[in-house]
Amino acid sequence: MTNNAKTYTIDVHHVTRVEGHGNIRINTRDGVVEDVKLCIVEANRFFESFTRGMTPHEIPWVVGRICGICCVGHQLSATKAVEDAQGIAVSPQTVLLRKMLNESQFLQSHVLHVYFLAVPDFVGAPSVIPLIKTHPEVVKRALRLKKLANDYTEVMGGRTIHPMSNTLKGWRRLPDLERLEQVRNRLVAAVPDLLETVGIVKTLKIPGYERETEFVSLKHPDEYALYEGDVFSSDTQSGVPVRDYRSVTNEFTVAHSTTKWSRWHRDAYAVGALARVNNNFDQLHPEAKSVAETLGLKTPCYNPYMNNVAQVVEIVHCAYNSLAMMETVLNGGLREEDIGHTPKAGRGFGAVEVPRGILFHEYAFDEAGRCCDANAIIPTSQNVNNIEQDMKAFVPLMLPEMSQETLTLHMEMLLRAYDPCISCSVHMLNVEFVD
Amino acid sequence: MKPKVAFFDFASCEGCQLAVLNCEDVLLDILGLVDIVEFREAMSETAPRFDVAFIEGSINREQDAERLRDIRARSTYLVAMGACACIGNVQARSNFIAPAENFQRVYGVEDRNRVQTDPEFWPLWAHTRVRAVHEIVPVDFELRGCPLVPEEFVHLVKSLVTGAIPRFSTQAVCVECKMLENECVYDQGETCMGQITRGGCKAICITNGYRCDGCRGVLPHANLTAHHGLLKSKGLSEPQITNRYRLFCSAESLGRVGRTGHDK
Ligand code: SF4
Ligand code: SF4
Ligand code: SF4
Repeated sequence: MTNNAKTYTIDVHHVTRVEGHGNIRINTRDGVVEDVKLCIVEANRFFESFTRGMTPHEIPWVVGRICGICCVGHQLSATKAVEDAQGIAVSPQTVLLRKMLNESQFLQSHVLHVYFLAVPDFVGAPSVIPLIKTHPEVVKRALRLKKLANDYTEVMGGRTIHPMSNTLKGWRRLPDLERLEQVRNRLVAAVPDLLETVGIVKTLKIPGYERETEFVSLKHPDEYALYEGDVFSSDTQSGVPVRDYRSVTNEFTVAHSTTKWSRWHRDAYAVGALARVNNNFDQLHPEAKSVAETLGLKTPCYNPYMNNVAQVVEIVHCAYNSLAMMETVLNGGLREEDIGHTPKAGRGFGAVEVPRGILFHEYAFDEAGRCCDANAIIPTSQNVNNIEQDMKAFVPLMLPEMSQETLTLHMEMLLRAYDPCISCSVHMLNVEFVD
Repeated sequence: MKPKVAFFDFASCEGCQLAVLNCEDVLLDILGLVDIVEFREAMSETAPRFDVAFIEGSINREQDAERLRDIRARSTYLVAMGACACIGNVQARSNFIAPAENFQRVYGVEDRNRVQTDPEFWPLWAHTRVRAVHEIVPVDFELRGCPLVPEEFVHLVKSLVTGAIPRFSTQAVCVECKMLENECVYDQGETCMGQITRGGCKAICITNGYRCDGCRGVLPHANLTAHHGLLKSKGLSEPQITNRYRLFCSAESLGRVGRTGHDK
């Protein structure tokens, strides 16, 4: 039997295990996909509007509230943008501490995503909760790794969610070295857990769909770029400075949606773990490279479902890279820095990689040093166009061989693979009226 | 039978749900005490009735208010979880800006015009104003803070399960701050909301080198007039003071800090 001669609509409302509110809508007629829409139904929170009037110090602190799971990244990207606007240069110590803070969130977010959101799909469970009975050691390991990553963030930032230690120019209160040493020791001891994680992911059956696309990420000459670099395209193999980010995102409106879509050198581009691993593979830690090999991730990789594998590769990279950074801090110690600053006028740009991809922030301040303009472009709003293109490409391939339920699940898995963080849809709005 | 517990999110950063997932040490114990029947961030299931519904996020649209009323009708207890749900949080600051201007600043003039002229868009853009949960339905318990304090969440769940009355701090952040012997930020030339803010967070922001911005909301008996005068005496202008009161607790301070120039 074939589904080809059917006309049907698949609506997946409020895709669960995705941050934020998203709906998927697929219309097919006679086996041809007429329309695929990823609808963001999140209520507006107007960050780009209400930040006006705030001081430079308040901006990173408040805009972290765009997204709880990427709060560190929002804070760091905004901090860099505000520092750029305020003409502030920071010390190597501050950069190092920020990289650690950032990687702590990568560990935390990737572990959460892989274990809580992706693994249940692959083992056919509706959530992580039934796994407590069926796979107790897996759940316990997930909680151990997550707690370690959370404690790492807390030691660096003062709190796991919406940390307050980082600010313009440096650290309000430097991390406690004794506690950092404890985290370092636990991270060293966590290597078996990391290997087990790789082992689990190796057993997952990853759908084999591919679609060539453009990958966009930061790129840095000296390191696997997560905190700084130029905005790099896999299509041109070249980059542009962060301040030109609008020439990258090229936001445009499409007829069926008011979501601002992004495109650069082709119809759509992808950001996130897979984009980074594709663009910067050579700079991964050797242990992470060997994990990529174990898990069959060869670059260029055009299978979006492999994003989960790329996340595991990054977990291993961030773990080893963090150990090296911790060594530096523990051996060299930390010194107090002057973080005083008088606000002034200016406009600035910032970007960091967050677990879900590249994140841009831009702020302007008036003569009184009060915010007068704000813009944030989050990874998910850059990915949404690419996700739709994937769906349009894959649904016709899946239609002849899959039931509607399986197809629906595959679409949900695809969306979840991108790890979309729709709660931070500061810039997204898509209207869907279904009778 | 184990109580059925559900989590729902509205306009939020979902950090409070994440804070719940971050209670790794006790998560498995909690899952032994209650039956989580809805938690979109971690599971796909849903259920018709709940013993306890946790609500995260502020209510910004009529369609969300409807959904909230429906959840309330299906729940025995309803808990407002985090500053967004309890007091509107940072986004309530947009209440002081004209809706069309909010929209234009985020989406541009073209989309603003589309929204304003095309009736098809209106339901979605039925952005009323940012409201706390208690402005729409009765709330049984509140977990304050941005994000909520995990210990308070655990305490509330344990109390509900055992039938005990949960107890939350009624002191100011300032009291907790002094007990921790933090250096007061006023002595460093900074100003602070700790004196008028509900405690329970162990003054975590000050302990980590910052000031209190009042994310747990204003104490019912706080002397706002005196606090306003203090900020003024420290050299803050009226717009600066307004900015501070509206950072995290705009909705709650609405109408209470009359002299700081609230529009309503
Ligand atoms: S209260 Fe804060 S942490 Fe909680 S959902 Fe709202 S913004 Fe996020
Ligand atoms: S820093 Fe704030 S909370 Fe602490 S003692 Fe001073 S006024 Fe009170
Ligand atoms: S110190 Fe103030 S701003 Fe910080 S968590 Fe406590 S109430 Fe919120």
